Amino acid sequence: MSMIPVSWYLVLSAILFGLGVVAFVFKRNIITIFMSIELMLNAVNLAFVAFARAHNQLDGLVFVFFVIVVAAAEAAVGLAIIIMLAQNRESLNIERVNLLKF
Amino acid sequence: MSIPLIVFFACALLAVAGAVTLILAREPVHSALALIVVMLSLAILYLLLGSDFIAAVQILVYGGAIMVLFVYVIMLLNAGAEERTDFSKLAKFAGVPLGFFLLLWTAHWLAHSPAGRAAGTGGAARHGVSTIDLSLLIFRKYLFPFEATSILILVAILGALVLARKSE
Repeated sequence: MSMIPVSWYLVLSAILFGLGVVAFVFKRNIITIFMSIELMLNAVNLAFVAFARAHNQLDGLVFVFFVIVVAAAEAAVGLAIIIMLAQNRESLNIERVNLLKF
Repeated sequence: MSIPLIVFFACALLAVAGAVTLILAREPVHSALALIVVMLSLAILYLLLGSDFIAAVQILVYGGAIMVLFVYVIMLLNAGAEERTDFSKLAKFAGVPLGFFLLLWTAHWLAHSPAGRAAGTGGAARHGVSTIDLSLLIFRKYLFPFEATSILILVAILGALVLARKSE
């Protein structure tokens, strides 16, 4: 029997999402920036599972399942794009990818 | 302190420490290992929440497949320590206040909204989530989205192949 309030899970999820946003803004390596996106997706998954638990609805778990599937597809395509970028720019620094920068 | 409480705090601290390490580490491999720690501690939290299927999928797909892909790409591109550069003025002057605003707003929402309050009271009716119920939901109510994901994965495979091959 779990006695942990579900709002604690939500607080943890918010903290992890915030750290993901910070990593997304502050990191300069393309691969690490991509990893911080995965961190944010994980934080959202935790919120989904916590809400599914709070309301006793399984639909939230199905959504987590779909989020994981989409994240896997996104990782495959994103890493392919990163490989292509690294071959074109010969660097993993995000500052070198500034063609569309204002 | 009961055992679930200790496990929750241990896993929460481990997850936050892993996320902070992801930010502070300069080598991408160290960031990847920190992210694996976050994912494994989240899997234990899912077990604590009683959803064992999601915990297994988290370890298999996130901790296994996706992170192996990340580490493989890091090795393939021979990614070293990242260079530090100046941040843009926009990030410095707008990003920090907006980040604090987001934090305060989330805290306020969790404390005051009806959804946050309702979430604080639940979680006692059933002990665990049966995988049978979950699979019935996936294969009946959500059958069409489930089948659509197979097309999504097919498109992703084709896209990754087309993007990553050597261009002539």
